This record gives sequence, C-alpha cells and structure tokens, in this order.
Amino acid sequence: MRLTRRELMGSAAAAAAATILPVGRARAQTPTIKLGVLTDLSGPYKDLGGPVAVDCARLAVADYAAAKGIAVEIVQADHQNKPDVGAEIARKWFDQEGVDVVLDVPNSGVSLAIAGVAKEKNKIFMADGPATSNLTGAKCNANTIHWVYDTWMLAHSTGGALVKSGGESWYFITADYEFGKALQRDTTGFVTGAGGKVVGASQYPFPGTTDFSSYLLQAQSSGAKVIGLANAGLDTVNSIKQAKEFGITQTVAGLLVFISDVHALGLETAGGLVISETFYWDLNDRTRAFSDRLAAKVPGKRATMDQAGVYASALHYLKTVADMGVVAAKADGAATVARMKAIPTDDDCFGAGTIREDGRKIHPCYLFQVKTPAESKGPWDYYKLLATVPADEAFRPLKDGGCPLIKT
Amino acid sequence: MVTIFGKPLLLLYGQLTLGLVNGAFYALLSLGLAVIFGLLNVINFAHGALFMLGAFVAWGLLTYLGIGYWAALIVAPCVVGLFGVALERVLIKRLRGLDHLYGLLLTFGCALVIEGLMRNEFGSSGVAYDIPHALKGPLNLGFMVLPLYRAWVVIAATGMCLATWLLIEKTRLGATLRAATENAPLVQAFGVDVPRLVTLTYGAGVALAAFAGVLAAPMNSVNPNMGSNLIVVVFATVVIGGMGSILGSIVTGFGLGIIEGLTKVYYPEGSAAVVYVVMVIVLLLRPAGLFGRAA
Repeated sequence: MRLTRRELMGSAAAAAAATILPVGRARAQTPTIKLGVLTDLSGPYKDLGGPVAVDCARLAVADYAAAKGIAVEIVQADHQNKPDVGAEIARKWFDQEGVDVVLDVPNSGVSLAIAGVAKEKNKIFMADGPATSNLTGAKCNANTIHWVYDTWMLAHSTGGALVKSGGESWYFITADYEFGKALQRDTTGFVTGAGGKVVGASQYPFPGTTDFSSYLLQAQSSGAKVIGLANAGLDTVNSIKQAKEFGITQTVAGLLVFISDVHALGLETAGGLVISETFYWDLNDRTRAFSDRLAAKVPGKRATMDQAGVYASALHYLKTVADMGVVAAKADGAATVARMKAIPTDDDCFGAGTIREDGRKIHPCYLFQVKTPAESKGPWDYYKLLATVPADEAFRPLKDGGCPLIKT
Repeated sequence: MVTIFGKPLLLLYGQLTLGLVNGAFYALLSLGLAVIFGLLNVINFAHGALFMLGAFVAWGLLTYLGIGYWAALIVAPCVVGLFGVALERVLIKRLRGLDHLYGLLLTFGCALVIEGLMRNEFGSSGVAYDIPHALKGPLNLGFMVLPLYRAWVVIAATGMCLATWLLIEKTRLGATLRAATENAPLVQAFGVDVPRLVTLTYGAGVALAAFAGVLAAPMNSVNPNMGSNLIVVVFATVVIGGMGSILGSIVTGFGLGIIEGLTKVYYPEGSAAVVYVVMVIVLLLRPAGLFGRAA
C-alpha cells in the first residue's frame, strides 16, 4: 500500500516528461505506442506478476518493436489488489497519458473493473494475470483478451485429473473474492459433474490472511478426500506448508499454483503436487530460448505463466500494430482487438495459437507434477509433464460461456 | 459425536489450541509495546517491522553464518535490540516531551522505510526458514495433530511473558523502571541515569519483538509483510488490555487469539473483524481497557 504512492508519482512524472517529448517529434514521426503494465508491485501476487512482468513487456519490445521501427514506451503501476485503485489508474492512463493497452493485472476483482474501463474508453485490456472465467463469459467485451489461463481451465485440468484418480469428495478453502469464488464454482462443476460431491468450504478474508491452520483443521474434520485450495500466490504457499505441518493426510490440491510458489515452498514441501500451467520454462527449445533471454535481463529468475503471458500478449499486440499501422491501432481499441483475433498468434512461450471470438486465447494446458528433491537436477528444475490437454479442449467451449458477443 | 452449536467438540478443541498459538504472538508483541509505551510514552508503530527484522536476522544468521535456530533465539533479539537502541538514540530521543502523535508518525515512517527496503530486497513471497530438527514432527493431542513446533511457540512465549512480568514487577530494576514511568525527574534526582534507562527499555521492548519474530520465522514464510499483518491486531490488544498494562497485554493477547480461533469456525468471513468488535465493546464499557487504570 505504501510504496505505491511514490511509484505512482514516479510513473506519473515519467509520463508527464514523456508527453512533452513526442510533441517535438510528432510532425516527422508516427506516434508512440504506450503499454501500461498494471500489476501487484507490493502484495501477495508480486512474485507471480510484479516487476518481472514489466521486464517481460520490455523483452517483447526489444524482440520485436525495435526491428520494426515502432516506438514503444512502457509505464507501470501498482493496483494494490483494489479494484477502485486499479480502475482509477487505468482511467488516468487512458484519458491523460495516452496509454493504448493495459497488460497483466493479476487479481480477478481488479481485472473486471479494468475490462469495463477499457470498453468505456475503447482501449485494450490484455488480461494475463487474472483467473476468473467471467472475463470471457458473462462479463466479456470486445476490448478484452484473456491470455494465459482461467478458472475453468484449472478446474477442468487439475480438478478433472483428481476426480478421475478417486478424489470424489471435496472441501474448499477459498479466498473470499471474485477469483476464489469463480475457481470454487468452476471446480464444483467438474466435481459434481463427475459424480463427486462438495462437503463444505471455508471462505477466508482476502488479502491479509497468513494462518490457514484453522481452515485446514475444519477441512480435515469434514472427512473430505480432497482439500481444494481456491487461492493463489503467498496464500497457497502458506496453505500447503501448514497442511504438511498439521499432518493432514488428505490430498491437498493447489488449484492455481505458479512456479514462483513452488520456488518459495521448496521441493521438500511441494514435491508431488499436481498442478496445471500453460507455460513452463523447460518445456521445449522455444520456451528455453525465451527463458535464457529473460535471464539475461533478470538473473536468477524464471518466468511464471503470468509473466510469460505479458511477453506473449505484448508481442502479439505489437505484431498487430505493425500490421495495421500505428495510427490506426491507436485510434480504435475494439478494431485492433478484432484484428488481433484474426491474426494467428505465435510466440516462444505458448507456441502457435489463436484468439477466440469471446476474447479467449487458445493454447494447450499442461498437467505437471512437482518433482521431489531427488528428481530435480538443478535450480528451477521443478516439473515433470503428466499430460497435455490439447488446445481445443483446454478451455470452456464457446457456447457455454454466455458471452454476449457470441450470437447464437 | 458431541457438538456445540453444530460444530464437533473435537474441532473446537483444535481451534482453541490454535487460538493459543496465535495468542502467544499477540501477547509477546503487545507486551513489548506496553513496556515501551509505559516508559517512553511512544506508540511504537515500528514494532511490526522490528518483529519482521527479527525473523530476517534469524534467516540471515543461518544462511550467511551458519548459526542455527537456538542461537538465533538469543542472537537475533540482541542484534535487533541494538538496532532499536540506535533508533532511539538517533531519532526517537529527539521527540521527548512532544505530543504522542509525533512519536507515532516517526515510528510509522520507520516501519514504512524498513518494510519497503526489505520488500525491495526480498520480494513479497519472502524466504523459507526451516523448523529446527529437534522440533520437527507432529504432536498427537488425541483431538488433533499439533505440530510440535507450535506447542513450543506457546511454551516459549508464555515463559518469556512470565519472565518479563517478573522482571518488571518483582525486581529492583523493575521497581526503578516503574518509578521512572511515574515520575522521571524524581528518579533522576536519586542518581538513576533515566535517559539511558529509557534507551535500554526501548532496546528491550524491540528485542521482545525480535524474539517473537524468530519464533514466527519457521511457521510461515519469512516475508516483509509478516509484521504489518499482525501489528494492527496487536495494537487492538494493547488498547483492550489497557495502555501500558503488562499483565493486561499478556492476558488479552491470549484471550483474543482464542476468540479469533472460535470465530474462524463459526463465521470465517468475520475472523478479521472480530478483534475490533471486541475492542469497540470493551471501549464502550471500560474506556481505560480491561486492566487499565482510568487517568
């Protein structure tokens, strides 16, 4: 909460300086494209998005825009996990600072607010961080693309795999806001659909909870076979750690686990977890090449799927800008998004893919198991691949989302 | 199965035990705050940050110097205590005689700076600190599995609270301290170096926070926000117990932990608010706090 005001002022000052500069050049050159990375710079999601997400946006610019001669500027801000703060920043960016695209936004509650602002101002929102499947469902709009993953995909992949292996009764420990509720809802759908049942749930205050032992004990006494963690980031780390300490023998299912969480937990504790991601640095030659380029900028870090998504979505946007021309791309957000949907995507992180009519980016989803310390061969060697959900099955079918953009 | 208001009794026992663990931290931290407030009249908002520093010093001792948990329990509070002494000498001392608010603002600012620097350095996920080998493993209480380490936390915290209470209430040093709280100029006239006493008291209060920090390090991840999550509840504890009351802080700390634990069973969404509800009720009925003396 505290750092932010300073950071905001810093970025505002930078933006003010930047708006002065282009005026002189404007006659001779095309205008500058402006990317705004709106992320969690101080809270529980800082490590899965945060400063590295900004570095990933820079990397996309370095990889593509420089060669094409597109002038790009990047600004950043902290949404503090508060929808009102996030919406306010986005409004200011769009209205006063000429930002064309908001990227990242790891927090579902904030993301729904930003999607609304992007639509209202006819700008673009590339949702890389948020999870809620409502972004491409009831709340979808023509200015938003949901890139990396969503609650339906997680529920389908991780939830489905666990139900199949015998976990038919569930207890949820849920972060009490949009994301947790959406994840619990979507997972419940798969559990009951497969003949299982949900015996209870604890919805804990978010943010600010660090001690989960109380909810874990309630889950334990419920007798459920699977404890589903409908939370993310630091909350998941603490939940898993404490489940281990309290000798909980039920399957603890991290429904959304990022590699930064595994890194924080250590393989001793995280080993054996079954999780779903759409990006892993050591998946193939292209992901490794991307990760090496990033490591050259940010030593000792591997990108989470959220951060990789910021790279890939920025890259695709810049390609579309090159295709449409800077002036046309800046003029109409919805038209640019429509163009982005028409052009197939291709990047080092997610490979070849497409963007669906409802704004859903389509790519495969991977079911991983976290390696034990004995299996891991070096730093960040964390996952082994269990299964791949093909791109056309990984996400909720278009007709089930209820997105108003889809005419049936 | 025996149930109370629809919840199994065994589950409630578990929650009560967990409440004791949380209460142990509330008690330890509010104790330090009460001591500092009693003598310095400073509302030490940096307490949470210093608690967090204690945990990080313990982590640093292990990572860089190979000094383990048991030694860290003593060394880390000393290191952070010295830091506190420096803080008092350099900054807080200059506010003597001014309104409470200045001390509050200064220490709040210190907390922001310390936390900001640590967040910049370590990120918000923080670092992991392993449970010491001797305290690993579960303790089966029949109604629940309590990690051995948490049982140790309750014992260590209770012991430390008792020791501090005895030191202040039953020893000559404690008597001097209490006298200085009542009337500093008079005590000074008796030849006691009050400014030094004040500095050392602040150092000791800070060391208590750091001790709690070391205790907390193996429980959750050691992260820069661990103090700010706790500090507001701890302030509520001090207010409910009665500003400056040592015994009040200890009893209230454990009591609030238990009340919070029970709320988590019956209405988890309200667990973050219950402490403040209690605070409002207590302030309405007893404005000086449960153990406080009316001014």
